[in-house]
Amino acid sequence: MRATVWGCRGSLASPGPETVAFGGNTSCVQLELADGTPVVLDAGTGIRLLGLELARLPRRPIHVVLTHLHLDHLEGLGFFVPLWEPSVEIHVWGPASPVDTLQERIAKYLSPPLFPVQLSEVPSNLIFHDFPDEEFALGSARVLAEPVSHRGPTVGLRIEEHGRTLAYIPDHEPYLGAGPEGVDPEWLSGFSIADGVTVLMHDSQYFEHEYPNHIGWGHSSVDHAVSFAQASGVERLVLFHHDPLHSDDQLRALENRARGLWGANGHAPELAFEGMKLALDTEVGAHSPA
Amino acid sequence: MAQASHKTLPLILAREFASNIATPVTVMDENGRLIFFNEPAEQILGQTQAEVGELAPHEWTRLFRVERLEGGEIPLDDMPVGIAHRQRCPAHDTLAFTTQDGLRHEIEVTAFPLLGREDDYFGVVAIFWELRGE
Repeated sequence: MRATVWGCRGSLASPGPETVAFGGNTSCVQLELADGTPVVLDAGTGIRLLGLELARLPRRPIHVVLTHLHLDHLEGLGFFVPLWEPSVEIHVWGPASPVDTLQERIAKYLSPPLFPVQLSEVPSNLIFHDFPDEEFALGSARVLAEPVSHRGPTVGLRIEEHGRTLAYIPDHEPYLGAGPEGVDPEWLSGFSIADGVTVLMHDSQYFEHEYPNHIGWGHSSVDHAVSFAQASGVERLVLFHHDPLHSDDQLRALENRARGLWGANGHAPELAFEGMKLALDTEVGAHSPA
Repeated sequence: MAQASHKTLPLILAREFASNIATPVTVMDENGRLIFFNEPAEQILGQTQAEVGELAPHEWTRLFRVERLEGGEIPLDDMPVGIAHRQRCPAHDTLAFTTQDGLRHEIEVTAFPLLGREDDYFGVVAIFWELRGE
């Protein structure tokens, strides 16, 4: 399994000279599985460029896996080139809601007045799936989607292939209402997703001093992200969902803060950046942001 | 003591909610195990969560001897938490229970089930408070 980051910004796309190193596109991660099945984690604005890349490859069913339907994870879907190709089969996975179907909820965005075209006019073969309660197969990988603490129905994803696991929890507030101290893992939101994984991609939207003004918004401070990763015993932490107000310099400071909190043991935390590649099938490695 | 396992998100959020309010609250899981009660509940129950841990139904009903106000045993299925658990609907009642130190408390209890989509069921939350004399 190989992962490529196409967007790691949170909340709002943030292009501009101050965000070129880590990128301004919102959440989108491409997974290349051993059997070639294309999997896309979230459909933020990063999916636009990924769609151009996938359109150049031989046609295969594509799985678009949505952790939740907040706009920064969905707004790129209408600009995903394969969506507009009649010959393409696209499976869209998302968290169930007790009220509307996944298709109905996505159609609220992909319809006027928010979007010029109705979802029903999309020419590709769209197939919608609620996440099952149990682990399920996606190509050669096994996927577990479990609800995590965030506003609205939201899941974290645990993707395993050949004994290597990626946990993807881009939006998560694991310590809502309780500090990290003394929380048993059994009572820790997201623990069953992140427990002992090879790589954890996790929300770290805020510096510690910013978090008090955002309690309950569904996101983590950098210290909470580090605490969660260490409580979960992950091998490697990749910090994700960067605040749109944070410049590259601020993000480097956030990364340094994470490394200071992490200590000397194991792999130092890194910030996700557009173009980051993680090869989970071999030695996990990534080059540095520009 | 019942064996602990990783909790579902509704139970985690129920516990955090309970931990941050002054109303006595208990949380049961989908098997009827008493998995959490908050500090205000500890004051009434005369036990701390840390002392007793998670309790299976037969354990907590033995620990907190619950009876009808006028006396007489009340089966678990007839308690508000039992009704909420078994029938998946809210329930309210006035009850009495006796703690380990022999103190008898008269309480009102409201219990409601934590339901998910389709047939998902996560457990029961109960709030309770002591009856006050006129």
